[in-house]
Amino acid sequence: MAAAGVALALGLTACSGGTSTKNTAGGSSAGGKDAFNAALTTVFNPSDKKGGIVKMADESAPDSLDPGDTYYGYQWDLIRIYGRALTMFKPAPGKAGLELTADLAETLGVPSDGGKTWTYKLRKGVKFEDGTPIKAADVKYGVLRSTDKATFPDGPTYFSDMLNLPKGYKSPYKSKGMNTDSAISTPDDSTIVFHLKSPFAGFDYLAQLPPTIPVPEAKDTGANYKAHVISSGPYMFASYAADKSYTLKRNPNWDQATDPNRKALPDGYDVQLKVNAEYIDNRLISGDLDVAIVGTGLTAASQSKVLSDPALKARTDNPTNARLNYVSVNPTVKPLDNIECRKAVQYAMDRTSYQTAYGGAFSGGDIATTILPPMVPGYQKFDLYPAGADNKGDPTKAKEALAKCGQPSGFATNIAYRNERPKEKATAEAFQQALAKVGIKLTLKGYAKADYFSSYAGNPPFVKANNLGLALNSWGADWPDGFGFLSQIVDSRVIRETGGATNTSVRIPEVDAMLDQAVSELDVTKRNALWGQIDKRVMEDASIYPGVYAKALLMRGKNLTNVFVNQSFGYYDYLAMGKP
Amino acid sequence: MITYIIRRLLASVVLLFVVSVMTFSIFYVVPRIAGGTPETLATRYVGRSATAATVHLTAQRLGFYDPMTVQYANWAKGIVVGADYDYGAGIERCPAPCLGYSFITKQPVWPDLLDRAPVTFSLAIGASIIWLVAGVSTGVLSALRRGSFFDRGTMGVALAGVSLPIFFTGLVSLAFFSYSLGWTAPGGQFVPFTESPAQWAYSLILPWITLSFLFSAQYARLTRAGMLETMHEDYIRTARAKGLRERNVVIQHGLRAALTPILTIFGLDVGLLLGGAILTEKTFSLNGLGKYAVDGINTQDMPKIMGVTLFAAFFIVMANLIVDLMYAVVDPRVRTL
Repeated sequence: MAAAGVALALGLTACSGGTSTKNTAGGSSAGGKDAFNAALTTVFNPSDKKGGIVKMADESAPDSLDPGDTYYGYQWDLIRIYGRALTMFKPAPGKAGLELTADLAETLGVPSDGGKTWTYKLRKGVKFEDGTPIKAADVKYGVLRSTDKATFPDGPTYFSDMLNLPKGYKSPYKSKGMNTDSAISTPDDSTIVFHLKSPFAGFDYLAQLPPTIPVPEAKDTGANYKAHVISSGPYMFASYAADKSYTLKRNPNWDQATDPNRKALPDGYDVQLKVNAEYIDNRLISGDLDVAIVGTGLTAASQSKVLSDPALKARTDNPTNARLNYVSVNPTVKPLDNIECRKAVQYAMDRTSYQTAYGGAFSGGDIATTILPPMVPGYQKFDLYPAGADNKGDPTKAKEALAKCGQPSGFATNIAYRNERPKEKATAEAFQQALAKVGIKLTLKGYAKADYFSSYAGNPPFVKANNLGLALNSWGADWPDGFGFLSQIVDSRVIRETGGATNTSVRIPEVDAMLDQAVSELDVTKRNALWGQIDKRVMEDASIYPGVYAKALLMRGKNLTNVFVNQSFGYYDYLAMGKP
Repeated sequence: MITYIIRRLLASVVLLFVVSVMTFSIFYVVPRIAGGTPETLATRYVGRSATAATVHLTAQRLGFYDPMTVQYANWAKGIVVGADYDYGAGIERCPAPCLGYSFITKQPVWPDLLDRAPVTFSLAIGASIIWLVAGVSTGVLSALRRGSFFDRGTMGVALAGVSLPIFFTGLVSLAFFSYSLGWTAPGGQFVPFTESPAQWAYSLILPWITLSFLFSAQYARLTRAGMLETMHEDYIRTARAKGLRERNVVIQHGLRAALTPILTIFGLDVGLLLGGAILTEKTFSLNGLGKYAVDGINTQDMPKIMGVTLFAAFFIVMANLIVDLMYAVVDPRVRTL
């Protein structure tokens, strides 16, 4: 009944959506020519005209609007309208979007001491929304407060992990008056110097994270700051209602002369939170809504409707994200401790069935043969376990591997997935069917999403005790760079016996050493080459089965200008778009 | 009578206490029995790749290391005397009735409930008026014209109304009246009555009709059954024999008797709705109490769930109390029970 209801509702809206689209398709009101993937690598409907309110809707709610406490990719995209970090990804289409550029700083960071010290000079004349000039101390304060994990548990932990903070230091709140120059020093009002425990060559990537957005100490209200973040960007908050909505208006103290990256076209932004996903799609189709902010794309029900209507399809883009949906092949579970048995899994699986289980080529993604997705610098194309011309697996090679493993007639193990994720369950079933052909018998084990890593698939003793030979997994890079992508999923030192880590299967000391080497390599070309080598080394170990590089079917708002996908986020650049 | 009211009020307080203990047990105690540790519970409220230290601090901040009874006592104490909360940059007071702090938004629950209550109240009151009028009048007419085309037609529609879930009728009506014809607001927009009564009604008319469709159907069937029964009573025949006009017979003698059980159910239904019309709010993206509860469940945000449950229980208990008191007024025998 529910399905029929939704289908009927969508059928009805298809009429309205289709008709209204035809009215404006081609030479639409905003002047752009609609075409599939028109905003994928170029700017769709370019314009410098100002005005209008960009209407956004979120099917969930961000963890926080506080720059020190957010770990949501789409929030990192949007936060740039009200906060200026030291560096940023260029708001540009195509490969340029993956390049870093200076934002609050005048230039990218200057490393010294072999990458252990990083210095940034702040631009002159940048002010907070109240007109107070932004000083280096405000950036330092912003970073330090973000290390208070009792107050800000949601944000990334890179700064608290890497900065050379004095022993016993907790946070600016709890360690008032403690000298923190060993971690961050501010020789003058426009210079900020970061001192790390060990060299980190990719620090400019950390400097684009929201915690480097300046926070005025006098206005900081701790966990409450998210309700009235003080803006350093072109927009400031006009209203905020937790889990409901927020609006932004122009910041009169933002000066275009200090900001080469932002055009600040719209007059404001209106963001509605916790809105039904189907409802978002329908409003997007009708033109009533401009942006589905989460960036995961249209729902399955809307996709079939949109893809079958040429006028609607012409308003969509299908970018690949820096996300890999994969399966951990756990060497702690027998007989998968034998590499040949792990290789048998690699050969036996039907790659096309993985793709289908995830939703096909449009929303499921492209078949993966590596861990690094193609847009991540350092990606090298290789395929260590060819699955035949049709990508349906190589049973002969799989059986050979099984024989070498001493299990010629196969073996039995379990596969874990998250109950709340039907795509993962479908993938587990696809594995069950494909592996059964070579005698590997899988039993499906579904677990609750909330405790999946802490208690089940990410908990090494549980994995071992319950024979979770395979476990469905998914990882999106914190930023599109080898470290951002690989560090949490192939470094054996992140594995915690108490559970909670994404990595459980990759335990290769050589890879850990390679990661350390790459992290301190200041030469970008050499560093990127290392990421590719790490990828290959892990694939040789067969402890990860790469499934698909995730894709999403995004729909452009009808009345937007300057729309393009920023590759560093994998969805539309929220900073650049206009709505005259 | 006063003793009766006091006794009932005291019983209501006990009932609310029992409800709160049960809700608390379901969301706090059961996960622990199932093997959860303070840390595994806390991992739900930290960002991805949070370190063990972060998880520990969060468990500490949320009070997960305290014994269950202490956790409950702290929560219950907050309702009566308020609670203090460490925001990092300073301590802030959450004044009574402090129903706790959301683990996710780190904001007190009580202001959120007050903020969302007008949406749910507007929805419940508007819809209940429509379904009472539509349901009862349809039921009466059907009973009076039993077996007619009107009776069969409306009872058929009523059967559909009872059978069709709100997310079906809601989505279809949204698709048709809002997206296709553009007659009504596309949902997700609530304008307070105090701001603009016309906009308030415009923003809610579709949810009202959808919600009342379900209830009208039930009420029409109930009224019809009640009316059919009473209209065959001896006193109706007597009334007719006295030469009363048919309209008076139907309204004053027939409907009045048939209405008593309807009003009882009406009280309970409205009480239930005041605690949140979950499906309607979710379908129309209205930020009411029901949607707040669902959001809380989806994100395992226990204080939110506790807050809404208690809030909803309060209204159901109150509705029950009012119904019981009305009984007492109508039937003196009840007071001695």
